[in-house]
Order: sequence, then structure tokens, then C-alpha cells
Amino acid sequence: MLEQLIDIFLLAFLAIISIAIVRIRNVFTAVMLFGIYSLVSASLFMILDAADVAFTEAAVGAGISTILMLATLSLVGRDREKPLVKKKISFLPLVIVLVTGATLVYGIVDLPPFGAADNPVHTHVAPRYIFQSMSEIDVPNLVTAVLASYRGFDTLGEVVVIFTAGIGVLLLIGGRRRKEENADE
Amino acid sequence: MSDHMILRVVGKFLIPYIMLFGLYVQFHGDFGPGGGFQAGVIFASAFVIHTLLFGVRATQKIAPEWVLRLVASAGVLLYAGVGVASLMLGANFLDYDVLGAYPVAGQHLGIILVEAGVGLTVASVIMLMFFTFAARGEPEGESP
Repeated sequence: MLEQLIDIFLLAFLAIISIAIVRIRNVFTAVMLFGIYSLVSASLFMILDAADVAFTEAAVGAGISTILMLATLSLVGRDREKPLVKKKISFLPLVIVLVTGATLVYGIVDLPPFGAADNPVHTHVAPRYIFQSMSEIDVPNLVTAVLASYRGFDTLGEVVVIFTAGIGVLLLIGGRRRKEENADE
Repeated sequence: MSDHMILRVVGKFLIPYIMLFGLYVQFHGDFGPGGGFQAGVIFASAFVIHTLLFGVRATQKIAPEWVLRLVASAGVLLYAGVGVASLMLGANFLDYDVLGAYPVAGQHLGIILVEAGVGLTVASVIMLMFFTFAARGEPEGESP
């Protein structure tokens, strides 16, 4: 009962924050709200017992993303405001969103019950991870065993993605000074 | 932020503990929540605080960009290298069983090396990104 109350409270909080992000015009406030959104998501993951995911969300989503957004804001001016969009009510997007949302909600009906032990997701590879990882890998944290060993190739891909992102940032906005000096000559 | 005395003192005091916590998360990932990704982010955030307190030039003296580039590449190479090593020993790519005297020892060694690779790459890429953003904001002509 208490857990459900906390769930409802946190989800309501997420909804309020996202509406606030859409409506607020000061960009600095929006960035801070994004950070709070990530922190609330991390709490939700924690309630679902996904400690590793919650850890990552808190560190990357609430920490580093906010820092990078603030760094960007310090370049473009922190008090800049989103341009005021003319309030013209158009019904087509609203209808599309409502229909899509209704379809998704209708799709929930066919999903297996949340957390049931005989759900398809729990009967495929999960039993092997749960019952044999201690004898095969001998690492108490199941998440690490799956991430680094059973799914090691996927994780290699993730690391390469991060590495590529770093290269992208360096290519796009790194080394600007050298070019300007060249231009001066 | 450099003229805020309290922030400077408290921040300087916090930096070593943040780094220590990052290392703890890195090497305790086998037993509790954590691992290379989280540890890399935490370790990099210590350098982010240092940049906020003392400016990007001071931090780049400690962690020059060319070192970070090398470390970022070394992390990916370490990860892929573990896979190549297991290939050389006659197993599948990233099959750690053959790395040690017996399969479980090989798994332990493989996971530690792979997580180290992840941590190195994540930490240095985040520092690189942040320094790139921060250095653009610095006024020009201040460099020695």
C-alpha cells in the first residue's frame, strides 16, 4: 500500500515536472527541472529494485547531463528565454496524440500481468542468469555478471558509442582556437 | 566562482573523497551496485568540481587533453584487447573462461579488466567533453 502511494506520488511528480518544462520559458529553470526529473526517475528505478540503473540515472542524467547543459547555457547566455510561440490552437496534433495514447493504453490490456513469475521475460534466459551465474561467473552482483560477461559484446558496443560521442564533440567544437589563429594569419 | 572562499575550501576538501568513492564503485561493482560506467562518471565529476572552482586552465594542467585522448582510446582498446586475448587462447571473442587457470578465475579477471576499460573511457570522455565546453567559454588570450 505504502509502496503504491510512493509510486503514484513520484509518477505525479514526473508529470508535473514535464508539464512545467514545456510551459516554462526561462531556459536555466528548464535545465534545472530536467535534473530534478532525472532524480525522480532514479527514485522510481530504486523502488523497482534496479539499483544499478538508478545509480546510472542519478550520476549521468541528474549529474553530468545537467552540468553539460549548464556549460552550454554559459556559452549562449543563461537568461535566454524560449521565443514566445503564437498561441494558435490547432486540433490535428491533439487528435493524433490522443489517438496514439489511446492505442498504447489499449495495448497495455494484452500485456502479461506486471511482476508475474511466469511472464515470457522471466522464462527465457533469466533462469540461467539467476541460477547458474554463481557457478559460471561467481560474481554476486547479477547485473555485473550479465553486463560484463554474458552480454560483454553489447557492452563493448556501448563503450564504443561513448568513445564516438567524445570524438564527435571534439570534432565539432574542439580546437577552435587554432583555426582562428590561422584565420588571423 | 573563484572568489567564493567557502565553496573553494569545501570543494577542495570534497574532491579526494569523490575520487575515492569513484574507485570504490569501480572495484566494488562485482559485489554491489556500480561498475565502470558509474565509476567513470563519478571520477570525472571530481575534475568537473575542480574546473568550477579553479578554472579550466588549472584543471587542464593536471589532466591535459592529449592524455585524456590517449586514456579514452586505451580504455576501448583494453576492452577489445581482452576479447582478442580470448580469441588467441582458442575461445570465442570475450569468452573469459580461458583467461585464468580455471573458468571462474578467468571470468573474474576478464570482468575486472573489461570494467577498467569502461571506467577509463567513460571518465576521460566526460572530462574531454566538459573541458571542450568550458574552454570555449573562457575569455581568449588568458593562456600563458
